[in-house]
Amino acid sequence: MEDILLKIDNLHAGIEGKEILKGINLEIHPGEVHAIMGPNGSGKSTLSGVLAGDPRFTVTAGSADFHGVDLLSLSPEDRSHEGLFLSFQYPVEIPGVSMVNFMRAAVNAKRKYFGEAPLSAGDFLKMMRKKREIVELDNKLASRSVNEGFSGGEKKRNEIFQMAVLEPRLSILDETDSGLDIDALRVVAGGVNRLKNDSNATIVITHYQRLLDYIKPDFVHILYKGRIVYSGGPELALELEQRGYDWIKQLADNE
Amino acid sequence: MQNNSLTQYIELFDRNRDAIEAHSSAVVNRLRPDALSALHRLGRLPVKGDEGHSVMSLAEMFSPDFGVNINRVPFAVDVAASFRCDVPNLSTLLGVVVNDTFRPTAALTANLPEGVTVMSLAEAAKSRHELVEPYLGRIAGVDNAPTALNTLLMQDGVLIHIADGVRLEKAIQIVNIFNASSPMMAVRRVLVVAGRDSQVRLLFCDHTQNAGINSLVSQVVEISAAEGASVDYYDLEATDSANSRLSQLYARQARGSRLTVNGTTLSCGCTRNEYSIAVADRCDTELVGMAIADGNQIVDNASSVFHNADHSHSRQTFKYILSGSSRGGFEGAIRVDGAACFTEAYQTNRNLLASDSARMHTAPQLEIYCDEVKCSHGAATGQLDPNALFYMRSRGIPVDEARRMLMESFMSDIIDTIHLDGLQDRLRHLVERRLGGRRLDCGECNTCK
Repeated sequence: MEDILLKIDNLHAGIEGKEILKGINLEIHPGEVHAIMGPNGSGKSTLSGVLAGDPRFTVTAGSADFHGVDLLSLSPEDRSHEGLFLSFQYPVEIPGVSMVNFMRAAVNAKRKYFGEAPLSAGDFLKMMRKKREIVELDNKLASRSVNEGFSGGEKKRNEIFQMAVLEPRLSILDETDSGLDIDALRVVAGGVNRLKNDSNATIVITHYQRLLDYIKPDFVHILYKGRIVYSGGPELALELEQRGYDWIKQLADNE
Repeated sequence: MQNNSLTQYIELFDRNRDAIEAHSSAVVNRLRPDALSALHRLGRLPVKGDEGHSVMSLAEMFSPDFGVNINRVPFAVDVAASFRCDVPNLSTLLGVVVNDTFRPTAALTANLPEGVTVMSLAEAAKSRHELVEPYLGRIAGVDNAPTALNTLLMQDGVLIHIADGVRLEKAIQIVNIFNASSPMMAVRRVLVVAGRDSQVRLLFCDHTQNAGINSLVSQVVEISAAEGASVDYYDLEATDSANSRLSQLYARQARGSRLTVNGTTLSCGCTRNEYSIAVADRCDTELVGMAIADGNQIVDNASSVFHNADHSHSRQTFKYILSGSSRGGFEGAIRVDGAACFTEAYQTNRNLLASDSARMHTAPQLEIYCDEVKCSHGAATGQLDPNALFYMRSRGIPVDEARRMLMESFMSDIIDTIHLDGLQDRLRHLVERRLGGRRLDCGECNTCK
């Protein structure tokens, strides 16, 4: 695994002048699943927002190299084209924009970025149908406005559906398990696992170990006060489940 | 009376009274003395700051010394160029009005079903005065200065008359084309009379030719909906930046009638639309306005729905998308009389400011003199939802396209209220083009060539 998919180096970022990320270092290779855990307010969602290009956050130092591309210099849309995908903790409802138009715009923008002609209507619908099956997304949902009136589980399934359509090289799942019952969790995790292959990678951001029963991480990192303070294998998640975060906090605070 | 923008038109009338009256018939001329004395009494046109006039001064709008076509000189106009493909897939009974003059077409006259009259108002006042006299000037009155001025100077326009019980399947489309080579004012009058239990759908489209010539349209529309009548009135403006427009619509709904009024401003210079709708009992009223403005355009809508009797429902929905340095105004009122129990009246105004220098003034108003009612009003002005914008961009949708999609979706519920299928699709398309910064006329489109 010499190829590096994402290399984050000394990343500092904040919001409205308040520094939240205080020097993140992380290296991700193709085929890997990384879990990022940590107590509330440690900066998990800031990290996913900064990587995806959420304009609310300001990067103050550091870099992120995404398969040879300077990720932080790209617009959010170009990050998407280059293969980054963020599954939102709170997917946004967009009344009046149909899922079909939304996905067509996304797919064709990516094709345009790579100099390809737009998909024909028939090919596009065929692809939508195929991808829908991965997360058992009802056709009725696909014909509605984006996320409007979707249940919590439907919204998360819709996120994974979009991930299936866009075929990213790196997916960041931000608290994908929040608001999911156990059945929905199984469907969503099943979708993520089906999309996994040797050339893509996943970052799973979560509070709880629960999701990691379904999406098995290769590495677990603990984020605390804007830094990755501890890294380990899958067993670390289990240890956190038993012992909580306090021992990590003590460890980090005494450093 | 001091010298102001109104005086010049009163003087114009005084100087040309004989000519104006010679081109009109008694039914019309009989209304002029009242209009004249009302104007002397009112003294001036409304200015910015007057009640209900928060963004523009009508005195200023009328202040250029516009010419009025008193002697009924015919204007050449390329009708086809203005509307060739305006509403495809919509088969209508089509009439054309050039400035203020109705142009009969053979196709229209031949295809009008029995009980449906669509003709020049001037001609109708002469030959069918029994259709005109009971309504003309009686719905609008002369209490409003610009309306009185319209009555003082009007010579032509359109009469649409639907006899009792006639339910017209096809829509009637009137294309208003403004064409002048020098600054001009068109004084246009529209009278719509829908008989008992009749049904009619009307589409008015406003266009300009000779873009860049300063022009002013003063339009007064009177609508009478008799008991049980159903009237849809769609008004679509796509003019240019040199065009000013004042459209004043007065509607009177008798018991159990249904009225939809939809005013859409896709492009304009300076536009003010006034709606004054008086409803009797058990009526249904839908008043909808949509405006997209940029550059230095100004769009101002003022609405009043008067509930005078019980069990009527009204809904007012106005939405604006303003960019550039454009300005929007909305002064909307619901007035519920003491006798109008069980009224349901709602009003919503939502505005999207797509630039830092666009401005919106909104003044919703409720006046209720009866306890047994359900009424609400609400106004909100904001910008595109940054969360939605980021969500779309994170999926690869370029920021400009994402903004356009969000703006289109903002108007989608308004477009959904249109009960003319072809028009609904067409408007969706026009809004898409408008927000995409493309031309609204045939321009680059080749679909019908």
